[in-house]
Amino acid sequence: MTVSADPNFAAYEAQRFRSKWVERIMRTLTGAFAYFSIIVTVGITLILIYESFAFFNALAREGVSWTQLFTETEWTPLFAPPKFGVIVIITGTLMTTVIAMIVALPIGLMSAIFLSEYAPPKLRAVLKPILEILAGVPTVVYGFFALLVITPILQRIIPGGDSVIAGLNALSAGFVMGIMIIPLVASLSEDAIYAVPNLLREGSYAVGATKFETTVSVVIPSALSGIVSAFILAVSRGVGETMIVSLAAGQSPILNFNPLDSVMTITAFIVQVSLGDTPTDSLAFYTIFFAGFVLFLMTLILNILADWFVRRYRLMY
Amino acid sequence: MTVDISPTEINFRSDYDRRKLATNIFMGVAFFATIFGLFFLSLLLYDVLKQGLPYFNWRFVTTFPSRNPADAGILSALVGSIWLMFLIPFFAFPLGIGAAIYMEEYADRDFWVNRALEINISNLAGVPSIIYGLLGLELYVRILEPLTKGRTLLAGALTLSTLVLPVVIISTREAIRAVPREIREAAYAVGCTKWQAIWYHVLPMAFAGILTGTILALSRAIGETAPLITLGALTFIAFLPPWPVTTAVNEEGVVIVEKVSAGLGSLIQALQTPFTALPIQIFNWASRPQAEFHAVSAAGIIVLLLLLVAMNSVAISLRARFQQRK
Repeated sequence: MTVSADPNFAAYEAQRFRSKWVERIMRTLTGAFAYFSIIVTVGITLILIYESFAFFNALAREGVSWTQLFTETEWTPLFAPPKFGVIVIITGTLMTTVIAMIVALPIGLMSAIFLSEYAPPKLRAVLKPILEILAGVPTVVYGFFALLVITPILQRIIPGGDSVIAGLNALSAGFVMGIMIIPLVASLSEDAIYAVPNLLREGSYAVGATKFETTVSVVIPSALSGIVSAFILAVSRGVGETMIVSLAAGQSPILNFNPLDSVMTITAFIVQVSLGDTPTDSLAFYTIFFAGFVLFLMTLILNILADWFVRRYRLMY
Repeated sequence: MTVDISPTEINFRSDYDRRKLATNIFMGVAFFATIFGLFFLSLLLYDVLKQGLPYFNWRFVTTFPSRNPADAGILSALVGSIWLMFLIPFFAFPLGIGAAIYMEEYADRDFWVNRALEINISNLAGVPSIIYGLLGLELYVRILEPLTKGRTLLAGALTLSTLVLPVVIISTREAIRAVPREIREAAYAVGCTKWQAIWYHVLPMAFAGILTGTILALSRAIGETAPLITLGALTFIAFLPPWPVTTAVNEEGVVIVEKVSAGLGSLIQALQTPFTALPIQIFNWASRPQAEFHAVSAAGIIVLLLLLVAMNSVAISLRARFQQRK
């Protein structure tokens, strides 16, 4: 009697045959899903590059030299005559981001230190979810807050009131953006601080250091690569933030270094153009893709830098 | 015999008070830094409620936007957001969970393509949301226009699905990774194929974690404004997608149901209607100069926050239910 003549074995074989095919199909299918994410990246890159080329072609048709991007101090691609000082919106972006970082980096780091080193477990269990709520509030709500709550407060407390501080200004947008970014800095820094082994802290206490001295001279230096990487990601987040700056920072197309005045960020420009009726294949259409390309490059470099930092300077225990 | 106290020890002891004080001061500052955010969160909620509550009523939730702040309603934006809430999981969840399964269970990590895949996904998670709007504008609105019919509900859902995809993948991978290796080994030992081990053992165990992560990703998508604006979603919509019912507005401005239209044809038609969503409507009202519209915007924020709280409660309660079964 051959084995395959056993009816049970035949049934087993048929089932096994089916399982193996299901296995192959699911493996291929999930693989295809995973590689779809590469298509997204390639798609974003190609689209931005392609439309930016169209932008430079349009510039050439208008008879504008590309050097104007860096020498002109106005960014008015939609007016006649159009001016293309891209440096204006880059400056605006950097200004709101710097203000946000002045708020978010120290406060985020201090929160991380408090939560991981000082807070009793019960207090921590209350405070951490609150920080997470702060991260879950939609950015348009923060924009509302900056424009209609923080700006009026600033106009009341800054001497000179609304004669020195405009209704739309970089300061209130940057400040609220900083509040929004605190949870990001706090949770990433806390991960880094948490990864510092307890042995180091105990060694420090053993030679007589206080808790403060241990935090500042042992824990923070050990977690530094993770903290710096958190800071860089925070900058990247600030550069790409859109709704707060669109609502509260304004659309001033002129180069300006005063945080109490209106500035235009890259993202606010894209929103401003998108709100209007933008015919496809017009100069305005190409311009938002060019602005998007500049933004994409800025955040990509920052993200790669953050990743590199954490790999390069990570201390191994 | 007396104990000799050396001068250095006296220094150490007297200095200790100062050093202890430094710790306490530092701790106090760190505590205030931690509740700094809480203070502004309360200020935000207080202001939104103070301004928005007078406008937040049943009529507001059931009427269309209007040029007159007193008559303005949020129905079309709310319905748009609810449509997105059901459409995004339809695209993003199978794709994201499938990709996560592949990366955790099948992919050979030493193969450079798969390492590139990992870096790619963490980079995608860091791309600003407005860039996804530009992608959606080009890919879903222009190139796929025969399918999406332009700046429609379908194009918006596809754009936001692409946006949350990396988040879904990352959180699902974490949930799958938390399933102990022994579970898989035991499944293989009784003759399971890899897929059978995943489908019958790994996924059920990781379910609570996957669900929580994906619902949190979804709530992020519902609050997104920038990509939808870039896509060109409209801000003034006075009609609803014609599925599962068609609606009309009577003389008093009240939305009434005309007839049931739950067929496939009207579903496709609904997917291809122009739309608006809560965050866009809030943005539109907040950016107007009249103070009345700012209050209407605050009322819109209340609706949006309630929707997000509801979604998060669902995530938390589902998680609690599935964790008990283990």
